[in-house]
Amino acid sequence: MPANLIQATGLRKSFGTLAAVRGIDLCVARGHVLGFLGPNGAGKSTTMRMLTGFLQPDAGTVNIAGIDLAMNPLGAKRNLGYLPEGAPAYGEMRVEEFLAFTARARGYRGAEVARRVHSAVARVHLQPCRGQRIETLSKGYKRRTGIAQALLHDPPVLILDEPTDGLDPNQKFEVRQLVRDLGKDRAIILSTHILEEVEAVCTRAVIINHGRMVFDGTPKELDARVPAGVTHNRLDHIFRTLTAANSKERA
Amino acid sequence: MSGARDRSSHSDGGKMPEQAARNSFGPPSTPSALARVISVFRREFATYFATPVAAVFIVMFVAIAALLSFQMAGLYTRGQADLRAFFQWQPWLGMLFMPALGMRLWSDERRSGSIELLMTLPLTTRDMVLGKFLAAWAFACVALLLTTPLWITIAWLGEPDHGVILAGYLATAMLFATLLSVSVCLSACTRNSVVAFVLSVAACFVLLLTGFSIVQDFFAQWSSKWVIESLASMSAMTHFNGLTRGVFDARDVLYPLSVVFALLWVNVLLLDWRGSQ
Repeated sequence: MPANLIQATGLRKSFGTLAAVRGIDLCVARGHVLGFLGPNGAGKSTTMRMLTGFLQPDAGTVNIAGIDLAMNPLGAKRNLGYLPEGAPAYGEMRVEEFLAFTARARGYRGAEVARRVHSAVARVHLQPCRGQRIETLSKGYKRRTGIAQALLHDPPVLILDEPTDGLDPNQKFEVRQLVRDLGKDRAIILSTHILEEVEAVCTRAVIINHGRMVFDGTPKELDARVPAGVTHNRLDHIFRTLTAANSKERA
Repeated sequence: MSGARDRSSHSDGGKMPEQAARNSFGPPSTPSALARVISVFRREFATYFATPVAAVFIVMFVAIAALLSFQMAGLYTRGQADLRAFFQWQPWLGMLFMPALGMRLWSDERRSGSIELLMTLPLTTRDMVLGKFLAAWAFACVALLLTTPLWITIAWLGEPDHGVILAGYLATAMLFATLLSVSVCLSACTRNSVVAFVLSVAACFVLLLTGFSIVQDFFAQWSSKWVIESLASMSAMTHFNGLTRGVFDARDVLYPLSVVFALLWVNVLLLDWRGSQ
C-alpha cells in the first residue's frame, strides 16, 4: 500500500467553454482527513467526481490506493467509499435492501452480505429505520444511509461530499466523531462549507476557487493567516480574503 | 488523463493492480462479470415488485391482451384452434408497454442522482446496461407467461399446433426484447421519463411500421425494389410474423438478437460518453 492513498495530479475539467477545474494536485496519506473547501461553483464536486471515477478528467491522473483509476477502474473503485452530494439513493428500496445491493455489487456473497449490512447499520446508528423505505426517511437518516453504503466494505479511501449538510447539531457531532475515528487508519477527503468542521475534524485544509487551489495547509496554518484584531468568525474571514483575492486576480 | 478511458472495456485489470487492490480492506476478490450483472439484475427486478408497477403493468397487459384477442380479433368465434388472434396484437401492445417498462431505467437514475452512486460502484457500464435490460425483459416475460391460460383454454377446446403457439410465444419474447432495447437506449438520452416514453413509442412505431404494405406501397411509387426489400427486412414486424406462422428462418432469430446487441452497445457508448462530458 503506497504512502499516499489518494494521489491526483494535474486534474483539469471543462464543460463546454466553462473551465470548472484548472489543474489541481492532491495527495492524502493514511491517517489524514483533508477538508476540501471553496465557495459554490468553485469546482469541489467536479474534483470529487473525477476522484471517484464518475467524471473523466480532460487531463491528469488519479491513483486510489496505488491503483490508476483510468487503467483499472474496478480495482480503484473497490478501495473507495463515496458519498455523493445530497446522498442520492434508491427511494423505493428499504435501507437494508439498499445496503445489501451495494454489498453484492462489491462482491460479497451469502452470510457476509448480512454481516456487512448489520455492521454498517450499527456503525451509523441506523437501527431504528433499517426496514424503512429510503424515500420516507428524514434528511439525517437518509444521509446516514449514504454514509453506511460508503463504509460498508471498509475502504481505505473515503470521499464524502458535504456529509453533514442539512443535519441537526447532534447529528453533525456524531458524523464528525465518526469521520475522526475513521480517519485514523484511512485517507479521507471531506468537502464542506462549514469552517468549524475543518477545525473539528480535518488534519489538512485545501481551499479552491474558480477551479484552482488557493490554499493548502493545516487548519492551524489557516488560522495563522487571520489578521490581528479579528476575533469573531476567524476562519470565515480568511476564507473570504483568500477567495476574494483570487476572484480579483481573475477579473 | 488519457481520453481513451472506457468504463465498459476494462475488465478486472492486470495482475499488479489486482495485488495492490487486495489489502486488509475491501472484498477479498473481484466478483465475476456474471455476478456483477446479477447484482444489478436483482435490484432492478425487485424494484418492479416493490412499487405498484408490477401489479398495474401485469393486470393491464393481460387484460388488454385478452380483450383485444376476444373482442377485436374474435379468438373463439373464428372457429380455429390457434392463438393467431392473440399474437397479431402483440406488436402494438409491445409498442406501448415496453417503453413504459424501459423509460425510467436510466432517466430516473439521472433525475434522482443515483447514477452517481451506481457509476462509482465497482461495476462496468456493460454490467449495468445488461443487468437493467435483462431485469426489464424478464419482467415483460413474466407478464407474457401470465397469458398462457389462453393457450390452455385453446388446448382444452380444440387441437392446436402446440409447436406454432410455442414459436409465437418465443417470437413475442424476442419482439419485446427488441422494443425494450430501443426504449432503454432512449432512456439514457434524457432525465425526463415522459420524454423517454414518447420518443420510445415513436421509435418502436417506426420499427414496426416499415414492415407494412401501406408503407412499402408508398415507397414502391418512387424507389427501387432493393429499397423496399431493405425496409421490409429492417422491420421488427416482418420477422415477428415469420416466426408466428411457425416457419423457422434463421434471419428472423438473428434480427432481434442483432438489434438488441447493437442498441445495448450504443447504450453503453452513450453512458460512457456522458461520463466524459
